[in-house]
Amino acid sequence: MKSAKGRNRFLVACIAPAGILFFVFMILPTLNVFRMSLFEKGAYSPAETFVGLKNFKMLMMDSSFIRSMQNMILLIVVVTIITFAFALTFAGILTREKIKGQNFFRIIFYIPNILSIVVISGIFSAIYKPENGMLNSIIGLFCKLKEPILWKGESLVMVSLIIAMVWQAIGYYMVMYMASMSSVPESLYESAGLDGAGRLTQFFQITIPLIWTNIRTTLTFFIISTINMAFLFVKAMTSGGPNGASEVALSYMYGQKDAGLYGYSMAIGVVIFLFSFVLSALVNKVTDREPLEF
Amino acid sequence: MKRRLLGVILSVTMAASLLAGCGSDNTTADAGNENAVGTESSKADADAGDAETTTISVAAIETAYGSEMWQEVAAAFTEETGIKVELTTDKKLEDVIGPSMQGGEYPDVIHLATGRDAALTEQFIKGNMIADITDVLSMKVPGEEVTVSDKLAGGFTETSLTNPYGDGKTYLAPMFYSPCGLFYNEGLLEEKGWEVPTTWDEMWELGDKAKAEGIYLFTYPTTGYFDAFFYALMYSVGGPEFFNKATNYEEGIWETPEAKTCFDIVAKLATYTNPITPAQANDQDFTQNQQLVLDNQAIFMPNGTWIVGEMAEAPRADGFKWGMTALPAVEAGGDGYSYTWFEQAWIPSGAEHQDAAKQFIAFLYSDKACEIFAKAGAIQPVLGIADKLEGDNVMFYSIYDNGAKAAMGNFAAFEAIPGVEVRTVFFDPVNSLVSGDMTEDEWIDGIISASDQMRANLK
Repeated sequence: MKSAKGRNRFLVACIAPAGILFFVFMILPTLNVFRMSLFEKGAYSPAETFVGLKNFKMLMMDSSFIRSMQNMILLIVVVTIITFAFALTFAGILTREKIKGQNFFRIIFYIPNILSIVVISGIFSAIYKPENGMLNSIIGLFCKLKEPILWKGESLVMVSLIIAMVWQAIGYYMVMYMASMSSVPESLYESAGLDGAGRLTQFFQITIPLIWTNIRTTLTFFIISTINMAFLFVKAMTSGGPNGASEVALSYMYGQKDAGLYGYSMAIGVVIFLFSFVLSALVNKVTDREPLEF
Repeated sequence: MKRRLLGVILSVTMAASLLAGCGSDNTTADAGNENAVGTESSKADADAGDAETTTISVAAIETAYGSEMWQEVAAAFTEETGIKVELTTDKKLEDVIGPSMQGGEYPDVIHLATGRDAALTEQFIKGNMIADITDVLSMKVPGEEVTVSDKLAGGFTETSLTNPYGDGKTYLAPMFYSPCGLFYNEGLLEEKGWEVPTTWDEMWELGDKAKAEGIYLFTYPTTGYFDAFFYALMYSVGGPEFFNKATNYEEGIWETPEAKTCFDIVAKLATYTNPITPAQANDQDFTQNQQLVLDNQAIFMPNGTWIVGEMAEAPRADGFKWGMTALPAVEAGGDGYSYTWFEQAWIPSGAEHQDAAKQFIAFLYSDKACEIFAKAGAIQPVLGIADKLEGDNVMFYSIYDNGAKAAMGNFAAFEAIPGVEVRTVFFDPVNSLVSGDMTEDEWIDGIISASDQMRANLK
């Protein structure tokens, strides 16, 4: 009895540091975001006034905010689908097929992950340059361009962001899929082969179901990281321009803080928080399957 | 038992390290208190004529002029008054001093202009958090026998930039002024035998001539550069009266013929703008738009005198020579205007050493400081500064002697409105005008509805 009590105390003492840190640096600030969203306050002035749900009402009428949310959702959907397809295909090829230089490709695909977003943005800004950028030069080889294509112009800027973000993300997810694919027992493929299943059938009937838990996890990652990455890319590549065409929710939130609307930007923060939370939960629910053992 | 002991030791260490964190916080707080105590005593000392123990913290933005001049000025100030200066300079000053200011620790003097993306100065203006420095104007410049207002050039402390609340009190000290206008390659115009246009009609003529040779008339670094341009344009179209009404968002002002003329000129200019401009008009690529002028792919761009230093290393067309002109007049014989852009230094009302900070601001206008600044290319708005100018600056700063009128002032401060900012409403849409994604009428409609909100929220 006495030792159980001591043991409990010991456990509490062990967990306390992490618990306190987590509470002070995660829970409190998050609660503060929710609290501040009900106030109006400049970023530097100590005075704050309670305004209730006014900030949220304003949000619903703010067309710039709605556009930034649309852009963010567009990025989440398109970047996730494209990256997911490419990463899965490449992972399948690199684990299942015997090709020379497998490791080489794995490293090549993974390199964008090691680079910081600012560097990637620099690279892509150079690629997208209208005058002598790589992309326009290559296109110019095949067809004569009368006017340079403006990759960072108003109509194409979201496409350009998507390309850069997909390029950056593929390697990370590919390595994750490869890790779980390589643990699928070879014997399953052998017997499937004997039963006359082709490579594609094997991929869809064996590989995908067996790495399903992994795929579910990555889908949540996709949502969270796209929201965050979009902010970094926009900040480092377009600063939301031209004329707000590439503004995403997080960068808009940041800009509103600079405009002296701290409470309002916290309200945006709350919307993004709830949005990503609900979306992740939905995706998790929809993709729920009985886990398969092998 | 041994294992448990180890566990206890480990957890105690962790807990201790946590407390240690708090502990160091306490010590800094203590240090802060000591400082505060020190200040009070040093204030008393200062009254007694001995200010040697005071240290003021000065935060200055590092711009194209570099940060060395600030170190020199700080050293000169310490030598003159005995007040020590703790200097912070950074290109992104907001990120450096912002967090500690949110925690309630303010530098004593901040040199940071309005019109930056992070809009820190504007937030302080909107929040009424800037100390009144009207008395600095009648203070003697340290080390000299004249007062600050004796030295300041006329008009600088009467604008809405220095007196943001229109109550006759000065809150921000005018610093480094620079005439803004249209910058161009003088060599190119000479070579082609083109004249610098003095009216907008001549401007369009030149645009057509240049287009025939594959050169565009206009480009701009980012839409942020349209503020100086648009202010000068409003002055040249409707004079100071129209400017004052417009910048205070008077009802119906944007439906007047004067406003229409302004909008028409910008919209027409958009059709003469190098089409790749909007794709590069962001904080990362704006130098490439400036490069268009150096490469003779566009003739004019709105800019300030700092452009020479900023593009000093950039490659350029043969025979390139910087030229600068005021905005053309609306009709022949009308006034050409050049906007006088200047930066601001100010004292946060939460600053600890207000008196010493005021002395520092007064010192910024001393002959010694002006000379140090001028060496780096930063020109203080003091009388007789013209003699200290060198190089291209002689030509730039003589623009007002050559007939151009000076335009000063800016849009009146208003309580922050979600989604409505001067730049996003007035200037950012120029990008869309150039690319054809927006019509002039849509732009004007946006301005009218935003202007109504701004008027309702005027400070």
